[in-house]
Amino acid sequence: MPASSDHDPGAGEDTGDGAGAPSVDAAEIAGFEALAAQWWDPDGPFRPLHRFNPARVAFIRDRACAHYGRAPQTHIPLDGLTMLDIGTGGGLVAEPMARLGAEVTGIDPSAKNIGTADLHAKAMGLDITYRTATAERLAREGKTFDIVLALEVVEHVADLGAFLGAGAHLVRPGGIFIVATLNRTARAYALAIIGAEYVLGWLPRGTHDWNKFVTPAELRAGLEASGLRVTTVSGIVFNPLTASWRVGTDTGVNYITVAEKTP
Amino acid sequence: MGDHAEMMGDIRAEVTVVGGGMAGLTLALALASAGLKVCVIERADPARWADQAFDGRVSAISAGSRRVFETLGLWRAMAVEAAPILDIRVTDDDQPFFLHFDHGELGLGPLGHIVENRVIRAALLGAVDRSPSLALIAPRGVAGIERDGREAAVILDDRRAVTAPLVVGADGRASAVRDGAGINQTEWRYDQAAIVTTVTHQRPHEGAAWERFLTPGPFAILPMTDDDAGRHRSSIVWTEQSDLVPALLDLGAADFNGALGERFGDHLGAVSAIGPRWSYPLGLSLAESYIADRLALIGDAAHAIHPIAGQGLNLGIRDAAALAEIVVDAARLGLDFGMKTVLEDYQRWRRFDIVALAATTDLLNRLFSNAFGPLRLIRGLGLAAVNRFGPARRLFMREAMGLSGDLPRLVRGEAL
Repeated sequence: MPASSDHDPGAGEDTGDGAGAPSVDAAEIAGFEALAAQWWDPDGPFRPLHRFNPARVAFIRDRACAHYGRAPQTHIPLDGLTMLDIGTGGGLVAEPMARLGAEVTGIDPSAKNIGTADLHAKAMGLDITYRTATAERLAREGKTFDIVLALEVVEHVADLGAFLGAGAHLVRPGGIFIVATLNRTARAYALAIIGAEYVLGWLPRGTHDWNKFVTPAELRAGLEASGLRVTTVSGIVFNPLTASWRVGTDTGVNYITVAEKTP
Repeated sequence: MGDHAEMMGDIRAEVTVVGGGMAGLTLALALASAGLKVCVIERADPARWADQAFDGRVSAISAGSRRVFETLGLWRAMAVEAAPILDIRVTDDDQPFFLHFDHGELGLGPLGHIVENRVIRAALLGAVDRSPSLALIAPRGVAGIERDGREAAVILDDRRAVTAPLVVGADGRASAVRDGAGINQTEWRYDQAAIVTTVTHQRPHEGAAWERFLTPGPFAILPMTDDDAGRHRSSIVWTEQSDLVPALLDLGAADFNGALGERFGDHLGAVSAIGPRWSYPLGLSLAESYIADRLALIGDAAHAIHPIAGQGLNLGIRDAAALAEIVVDAARLGLDFGMKTVLEDYQRWRRFDIVALAATTDLLNRLFSNAFGPLRLIRGLGLAAVNRFGPARRLFMREAMGLSGDLPRLVRGEAL
């Protein structure tokens, strides 16, 4: 299984502000920056992620609509909701969310990613606030959002607990935190690392470090320690016949979790 | 219906459809039914579409296509002038074997309907007029198409531009959209042409369609509604070797009717041709890709198959239903539906169906357009075997009815 890893190293401090980076891994960021310009090339290195995108975007839309009592099939179902996308990468999720009506802020510790994302959103006529920043920094500023996303981020952070704490802080009371990542199973190792990086060449080698993958139990514990209540854990599974992804019950490789903050 | 005088400047749409034929307008109406803003550009003048002279042909509407039309609210306007096909009889020249498909066996209603193209076009046009999010710009030519990472701009021959994230080529067999995008096609030409005309006969056809496999190629008799004078009518598709066709078209009425009667048979009494005679060279062409960045092809622009199975328009309608579903679903996720990564789902969905059908019709044609004795015996036995074996017969019927495979929602009768 490929696909994760669009949103890269999401946590930690700004690389630029010298404030120290407890949960950012500098070597990983450098690797992603090399790819920043290719985010939106349908035949480029992020092609698998574009194929992966509809399943998780549908999940986010549907969970957000269920939580806020909106009808998902309407024109702009997320109209007026504020959303933070941590580790926004090239904006692959931020853009569709903005089209669905959300007021989106995208942050990423990589200035190159933010530059690429901002340029692309402007070209598409979308109003998205992009900042080179970390979750910790935004949390210190006291900002909160109706929906916070951390997609394919936690498997890249150095300190999971610190990252989830900052993310939880950014959710306004009554809001939701959606976290997607890779499970630390033998199957995930075979599919995400051997399969996607080495055999299929879907992802650059070295994209993932299996030891940093997070199990659903660890993620649940971290979210609960940050004062959130986990409401949904779903798998995102690959169908090789249609080369497409859908949300299902198998959390053995890619999975996505929703947690609520008490109002 | 959009119009030239009112729209002076450039136009922004969500999908631009080049070609306002039956597949193109069906797609446009399906997209508009889900609230997308659609602009259709058509070269010909819609005011002429009702003329017999513009297009005197009929189309076989499969049960699947009928459901698409029903779901989009178009069928009511066609139904009164649609002749149901209640059974299909397949014969092989003068072989004794005979294959009979009876609609009663499946219990799903008629096997299909024969509708004159002018009736289909009028129904589509009426719906276009009523659709608030659809603009038809016609008659208007296209000077060129420019595509980049952000949008596709269709430059009209009056220098205006229609821009949208996606342009669809529904501009037929000689598609300029396809050629302009550098998409090659694989083409076979058969050394055959089809003569198409309308005939009257003494006795009613009782909803029977005939496919006679004669040596020069298939001869199809398709049941039509009675005309205003109450005459019983059928449409014929008469395949002949290409070099014989001009002479046949030039025959006087009596001689033409004589040649017609030999092939038609006398089961419906005396037969005579009415209205103009048309001829179409037969070929098979498949675009090497149905998609490119910000571009998709539907209908004959993507594939033109041998008319032996009567599936040409049905494939185009199925393309329209599949593409509309992919685009609408992606739009509801806020995705950029002009991206190739989205359009690939359309290509994957349709390509298998179409290549399979093209190969089957090509094979049928080669098998049956042949006087070689052993081959004729084999195919005769094949017909007899299919006829005796219920499951195979029902499978063929479901296939011809357009009710098999992974069906788009519109084909299942569900709104987008």
